[in-house]
Amino acid sequence: MTATALGRPAAPAPRRPRGRSLRRFSVGRGIAWLYIGLVLLVTVFPFYWMLRTALSNNYALVRDPASLVPVDFTWGAFARVLGLATPEQSLAEGGSGASIELGHFLLNSIIYATVSTALIVFFSLIAAYAFARLRWRGRELMFSLFLAALMVPGILTLLPNFVLIKELGLLNSFAGMILPGALFSAFNIFFLRQFMLGLSEEIEEAALIDGAGRLRVLFQITMPMTSGPIITLSILGFITAWNDYFWPLLVTSDDSVRPLTLALAVFKQSSPQSAPDWAGLMAATLVAALPMLILFMFFGKRIVNSIGFTGLK
Amino acid sequence: MTATRRAPRTLEGRRRRSGAINAHAPAHRGDARLAWILITPALVGFLVFAAYPTVRGIYLSFTDFRVLTPPTWTGLDNVVRLFGDSVFWSSLAVTVYFVVLSVVIGMAISLMTAVVLHRLTSSTIVRGIIILPFLISGVVAATTWSWMLDAQLGIVNQLIEAITGEPILFLGSRAWAIPSIALISVWKSMGYNAIIIFAGLQTIPPSIYEAGRIDGASEIQMFRRLTLPLLRPILAMVLILTVIGSFQVFDIVAVTTKGGPANASNVLQMYIYEKAFGQFDFGYGATMSLALFAMLIVITFMQMRLMRASESDTN
Repeated sequence: MTATALGRPAAPAPRRPRGRSLRRFSVGRGIAWLYIGLVLLVTVFPFYWMLRTALSNNYALVRDPASLVPVDFTWGAFARVLGLATPEQSLAEGGSGASIELGHFLLNSIIYATVSTALIVFFSLIAAYAFARLRWRGRELMFSLFLAALMVPGILTLLPNFVLIKELGLLNSFAGMILPGALFSAFNIFFLRQFMLGLSEEIEEAALIDGAGRLRVLFQITMPMTSGPIITLSILGFITAWNDYFWPLLVTSDDSVRPLTLALAVFKQSSPQSAPDWAGLMAATLVAALPMLILFMFFGKRIVNSIGFTGLK
Repeated sequence: MTATRRAPRTLEGRRRRSGAINAHAPAHRGDARLAWILITPALVGFLVFAAYPTVRGIYLSFTDFRVLTPPTWTGLDNVVRLFGDSVFWSSLAVTVYFVVLSVVIGMAISLMTAVVLHRLTSSTIVRGIIILPFLISGVVAATTWSWMLDAQLGIVNQLIEAITGEPILFLGSRAWAIPSIALISVWKSMGYNAIIIFAGLQTIPPSIYEAGRIDGASEIQMFRRLTLPLLRPILAMVLILTVIGSFQVFDIVAVTTKGGPANASNVLQMYIYEKAFGQFDFGYGATMSLALFAMLIVITFMQMRLMRASESDTN
């Protein structure tokens, strides 16, 4: 199922009968392209505007707020959010004199997103294998119990989970941020199990007959064959964890473990209301968005397919 | 959605077949022990961080828990308080307003974009570009848009001022706060939804449209009579994800307006957060969470009925 869903996009499109009338130029087609052009513009423009503002001098922005190119070009905003500028330089360019040391928060975000994604995908993988391939009493019951969790929105468990993390003494720690989401994901288990059920069992059985243990089969045969969905879930999990704001906000109050999203929000709030350091803020948002933009450059197609295909589950 | 319906049947068959083989092989000896080992992490996660907090959340909502002292049972006090709490009702109204705006605008634009894209191009680059906003955090999106919507220097207001002569206080006025937040949220999620709908469109066999054309159906008729009904399961899913997500909106509000001006954008999640972590009124926060939870469950069940209804009419 998955292979066809992914393989299909390119092939039938040119031969679609209803597309034929649109192959020629027509007014409708022109309007449609115009619409897509507009959508793309609205999508991309804010990213350009971040860059344009980040490369401007904050004082000079007031002079020409509508200029399409950086006003009074400078790298100063990046220097001050990365802590490379002296307070005097920062003040001279419209900063507040405080730097936010984004590098440190960047590292926290990388730890948080990577560790939580790796753990949840791994634990989901082994659980999915137990549900897809092993025979044991209670399997169906356990599976429906897990599935029921799919329907429960997170809101009810947020506050009690906070209390639990507090009681465990894990506030302000990576463990406190990561643990609640690192062990169990009904969606991941369901998704991987469905895929494994679609894999041929013959190779695995051959390996078992040749004397390989179950775990070896799982890690050396099933896991490589499941690499597509594993990468899909890893990408989606990483994006979600990277962008997570609410949970880290609840369980941390200390900059030592706080991720970038929180640092950015704090930086935004601490910017003076009357004369905000917009150039600095945009430099900071760009730094915060950069890893996602790099991820996008390398895995753009994969991300698009992943999203389309989670919808078809 | 033929793919999803066909899949389980073949999988079922495959499982049965392998069952027959294994009846003669000792391959499944020891399975049970290994299975329990493999699901232990997931089971622990489920029990400790999903099941137990759910039960505890329900319990705490009937107490006056304030984190520092042990909870005492207060029965329905919190519920009574909830009914008399005008801020709760206004934040519910604000939330519903936000959900309706973002769902209606978001679904309409996503559907239109997906349909137009499907007819024009299957370029992954175009689809890639439209999901860019989905990749960045709500905090980044909100910060960027609060700059672009800024009353004095924001580019959007520069344009508006050039045309009408008057800037709009997007995030600072009662009337515009929620629509602005809804637009930011639509901007962020549109591409994601469009990609899912686009994938759904590609599973509709072209022969169906061919048949429609032979019967003399117009483009609009085909969209209404063929595309929409066939897409219904996907649309229902996107709809429900959007509704559940929108009901729990927090980061965009926290960064742009913090619920202001004068509670005009004080969404439920914001109010719960403020009660629980601003005033340490955890019991009451839990009660409101429970109320929101109940609403979301009702919506989820409505969605499931929608999905089932749509399956019967494609058969």
